[in-house]
Amino acid sequence: MVALFSLWPFVNTVILSFTDARILQGGRFVGFDNYTRAFADPDFWTAACNSVLYLAVVVPALVLLPLALAVLVQKEVPGIGFFRSAFYTPVIASAVVVGLIWQWVLRSDGLVNTVFRRLDLISQPVPFLTDSTLLLFSAMLVTVWKGLGYYMVFYLAALGNVPASLYEAAALDGAGPVRRFFSITVPQVKPMMLLVGTLSAISALRVFTEVYILGGEGGGPGGGARTLPFLIRQVGLGFAGETGYAAAISLLLFLLTLVFSLLGRRLSKGDEE
Amino acid sequence: MRRTGRIGRIGRIGRIGRAGRYLTLLLVLVVMLGPIVWQFLTSLRGRTENVYDGMLPAQPTLDNYVRVAESFPLLQYTGNTLIVAALAVTSNLLFAAMGGYALSRPGWKGRKAVFTVLVATLMFPFESVMISMFLTIRGMGLVDTLIGVWLPGAVSVLNIMIMRAAFLAVPRELEEAAVLDGAGEWARFTRVFLPAAKGSLAVVCITSFMGAWDDFLWPLLVLTDSEHYTLQLGLKSLAGATTVNDQRLIAAGAMAALLPMMLLFFALQRFFFKGVGEGAVKL
Repeated sequence: MVALFSLWPFVNTVILSFTDARILQGGRFVGFDNYTRAFADPDFWTAACNSVLYLAVVVPALVLLPLALAVLVQKEVPGIGFFRSAFYTPVIASAVVVGLIWQWVLRSDGLVNTVFRRLDLISQPVPFLTDSTLLLFSAMLVTVWKGLGYYMVFYLAALGNVPASLYEAAALDGAGPVRRFFSITVPQVKPMMLLVGTLSAISALRVFTEVYILGGEGGGPGGGARTLPFLIRQVGLGFAGETGYAAAISLLLFLLTLVFSLLGRRLSKGDEE
Repeated sequence: MRRTGRIGRIGRIGRIGRAGRYLTLLLVLVVMLGPIVWQFLTSLRGRTENVYDGMLPAQPTLDNYVRVAESFPLLQYTGNTLIVAALAVTSNLLFAAMGGYALSRPGWKGRKAVFTVLVATLMFPFESVMISMFLTIRGMGLVDTLIGVWLPGAVSVLNIMIMRAAFLAVPRELEEAAVLDGAGEWARFTRVFLPAAKGSLAVVCITSFMGAWDDFLWPLLVLTDSEHYTLQLGLKSLAGATTVNDQRLIAAGAMAALLPMMLLFFALQRFFFKGVGEGAVKL
């Protein structure tokens, strides 16, 4: 099962990437043509830069904010179960639903723009969804908002494993809450921070739905907000789908992911030594 | 005197600290739930009402839900999604438990190799193999079928790892006692290990259900006939249709998709947070 749906598609992707296959027909071997084409293709570079920029903004936010959230809801105080579940709600909502909700918040006639206009802060609506760059940042906002609860749960598990005796000892030594956070909590959850960093990096490279729902089928004006998965789908499917070329971009996406996964691994190894 | 004064001060700081904690919690609550609540309120607004007038709808009505149900086969889409989700939950529970059990038991050749390969596949983003996956599914003649939507997610490696971690955490003594009682491998698996990993099973259940419920890109590739659409694809068509530029309708559609999930989650919440603590993320 795993072999059929994990290994074979991967091997097949590698093979395809060296052919000029199209969606309805097999292809001939063309060597590295697809790769040289990708490196000369401005669309590829836009998508790759978008994906990496996405990662650069979203990962730090998703490593730090959920930790703060987890510390906030860690203590068993009355009603905490409600808050935990409430913070987790955006995770339960599908990416499409979340996209729909935020699309309406950020539209030119949406909530934010309406409020701004009524407060006389702006004369023209802010083009959150119709400007490529702003669209990309809006999508990042949505990704972070949806990811907060998810990674909060990871940190909750990690915080649960920190021995209480450490805190008691530090409290006896007169360390305040801030001191205790930085000298005990942070070092203790550092492996989890690295895991969260790696996971959120991988998922940042996979972003598709947020951009698709917020910006529409084309990926923003001129496709300027397209991410790599977005490009893969556009290139690879449809009647003219260039499967071979799409496979080459897929493999480049995989390599990018591999680099960041290994980076996370290297960091955590260095930490253990 | 001094002593009581100190205790009094600590008490006051404690009270201020607690108030601050709840204040922060409420603030975050507004950020996290605010957009959802506002969307919910919008979905209740009457047809003539301005979407932005005041917080609460002036004439709350379920009219929008009726209209969504009339203009879009919402129930059918939900039914399709539930079929895929039920298949995914069943297959994931079954295979993840068996796979995780096998990987947690020592004494067979190649265990390490299988484990390494599995962990490595965790690094393939699905998006990087989806074109090839699509060709595989097409080769099997499963394009535009719900089976085709389900199959790639039939068992996720992450779930196998979660079950493995849970089984590894089962105390040795428990297993040895079962062996002394004459329990065979299968009896130990079903009577000792599965009950001990209930929390993780719940996590697998929830995550695989949510994965199937959530998925958008893959169904978008596989399904062409709108009759087979899953809920998420249906919702997209709700947003995309130029005829429906009514935020109240979109809100009602989004809420119809979200509210059942929220109910389910709030009901299972206790198991979920417990299961997570049990070792779900101790990879």
